Amino acid sequence: MNDPVKDDAVHFDPAIDTEDDDINAYIDGESRSIYNFREDESDFYRVGEGLTADIVELISREKNDPEWMREFRLRSLDLYHKIRVPEWGPPIDGLNMDNIVTYVRPNTTMKGTWDEVPEEIRSAFDKLGIPQAEHEFLAGVGAQYDSELVYHNLQESVAAQGVVYTDIESSLTGKYADMVKEYFMKLVPPTDHKFAALHGAVWSGGSFVYVPKGVKVEVPLQSYFRLNAKGAGQFEHTLIIVDEGADLHFIEGCSAPKWNVANLHAGCVELYVKKNARLRYSTIENWSKNMYNLNTKRALVEEGGRMEWVSGSFGSHVSYLYPTTILKGRNAACEYTGITFAGKGQDLDTGCRMVHIGEDTSTLVTTKSISKDGGIGTFRSSIEVMPTAVNSRSSVDCSSLMLDDISRSDTIPAMEVRTDNCNIGHEAKIGRISDESVFYLMSRGISEEEARAMIVSGFADPVSKELPLEYAAEMNNLIKLEMEGSIS
Amino acid sequence: MSAALLQIRNLSVSVEGNEILHDISLDVHKGETHVLMGPNGAGKSTIGNTLMGNPQYHVISGSILFDGQELNGLSPDKRAKAGMFMSFQNPIEVPGLSLESFIRNAIRQQTGKPIRIFQFKKRLEDTMRLLNMDPAYADRDLNVGFSGGEKKKAEILQMLMLDPKLCILDETDSGLDVDAVHTVSNGIKEYQKNSEGALMIITHNAKILESLKVDRTHVIVRGHLVADGGPELIEKISEHGFEEYIAEAADINE
Repeated sequence: MNDPVKDDAVHFDPAIDTEDDDINAYIDGESRSIYNFREDESDFYRVGEGLTADIVELISREKNDPEWMREFRLRSLDLYHKIRVPEWGPPIDGLNMDNIVTYVRPNTTMKGTWDEVPEEIRSAFDKLGIPQAEHEFLAGVGAQYDSELVYHNLQESVAAQGVVYTDIESSLTGKYADMVKEYFMKLVPPTDHKFAALHGAVWSGGSFVYVPKGVKVEVPLQSYFRLNAKGAGQFEHTLIIVDEGADLHFIEGCSAPKWNVANLHAGCVELYVKKNARLRYSTIENWSKNMYNLNTKRALVEEGGRMEWVSGSFGSHVSYLYPTTILKGRNAACEYTGITFAGKGQDLDTGCRMVHIGEDTSTLVTTKSISKDGGIGTFRSSIEVMPTAVNSRSSVDCSSLMLDDISRSDTIPAMEVRTDNCNIGHEAKIGRISDESVFYLMSRGISEEEARAMIVSGFADPVSKELPLEYAAEMNNLIKLEMEGSIS
Repeated sequence: MSAALLQIRNLSVSVEGNEILHDISLDVHKGETHVLMGPNGAGKSTIGNTLMGNPQYHVISGSILFDGQELNGLSPDKRAKAGMFMSFQNPIEVPGLSLESFIRNAIRQQTGKPIRIFQFKKRLEDTMRLLNMDPAYADRDLNVGFSGGEKKKAEILQMLMLDPKLCILDETDSGLDVDAVHTVSNGIKEYQKNSEGALMIITHNAKILESLKVDRTHVIVRGHLVADGGPELIEKISEHGFEEYIAEAADINE
């Protein structure tokens, strides 16, 4: 088989090397050291670089896919080659798929206790505080290292409620195999866009959660995705089904060490919120600045259901991230609260999309965007109100803070309203830190750097307030790291 | 007499290239309360902002010695650490930063020591009570949605919590109703009573001064210091206004 990546219509521009000076220039002097540690993985299994049917077949064999999944992967690969690279967003020509390793398997299988996880991998999660967080305030944890889950555990009491929390791979053959087949990539089909197709072809790892009818999970579950391998991609799939009247808070964390070549994250999150159910999905993505984060997240909310997104986008070189919520049932509601911090060398295109279908549906969007040191933050929102969505309400409030004159902040709101009987509002503010504010705080003995960090943290407060305490502290810490050395 | 806490010598100041203050000299000693009066636009607030180190105000010439240290060239936070405080005429709103955590941060930065939370909270509550402030304001975003009176009370609250050596009160009484003036004035008395610090009260209204002990009064008109005196000067101005001094300042300018 010849290499289809070379097909002119669809390939990434090979003229641009990933060992790009741009990347090397800005990762130097970067100060996110607490996330920036690399573990040796010379004994890990890696497939070759690039993307061919052979590689996809290899991944499928490695994972013992059911036949339908093998076919699904190959169909997705075909679509990947046919669909064009998006041309409306930040440039991604520094990403060359010929150089990306799509599958890296750690030298272990998935374990149910941390003691069984190999030392060098466990130490990475220790540094990230995952076992401690699990011990203190989580009902279950999944930990993925490169392409595979290395740890998965759910508290017995929660499992006894009938809650299922496992890796996607085992869900494909177990008791819930039919359910997974019914829902997998139905909300985000591989036809959706190029990277959804890529995901369909090479997905690996991720979590499957099922919360049965009426079950309220009192403490959050968390999956953490760590991409350690140089020049690799991470394509985890998260599938969550919260059945009628059930309630869940799911937390997703991501990080990676920095490398001087491009890494890729093209995960996919599909969330099904059934009648009168509630799902809160909180994320702090904290990628290193050589990462292309082309992630797709989507939720489908039935009658009376409630979807809550809390989303923090930190790090990455380029991000395309627009969680979408389809409010299908009557009285469905969605709240989206997000923050994006674009620093030096970063072009972060984030936002959200709301599709109102049912009557009396309501959405509330609050976003904060911060740009600094030449960073570009673009907020895109799309509010679509279908003719059936009478009496729906939507309110979008986005504010941006630019910390200097060389940074950029854009707001691109779109609205498509097809009924007269609805109430839609949009508010956008772009501001800077005023000299008076800095002087005011300094006049109380606070240094200029600290004063600016306090103002930025205050600006981010509506988002951190939505996070559990420990994660709010992590987010504030990330803001502080980003603010370090911001005084010329 | 011991050296003055604050020694201003031949100070001239410009804002956006316009000279606002001309050749000002004055001394404030420890424990003294000074009043700086003058009509609107005379340059009173310029003195306060210059002392505090507002970067929009440029010292053309002269010196400011505070507790033996030259302030010219020092950033506002260093001046605060040296013991200077200014109650702002228009306190700034900072969304997402609570009044309490702001004060706690300020104390920690000024002292460089960790704070004993329980003691701090108790002191904050007591001080808020003294100022007739609803304790719920401690958790509210700094000055956001505060009424004019609440903003000024929050300034006096910060002053009492930080316990500085010199407090500049820039038009703290402006825009306040009678009750609020009374409350703010009680806060100032508390500072006079319990602290060895000094006060520089900038105002164009004698109301706030009625129940306060005042040591010295300065009159400033068109950027010139045109009169110095004791508390009796306040009464004189209350009766006759600034007209006499305006004429005097006009002479100087010519």
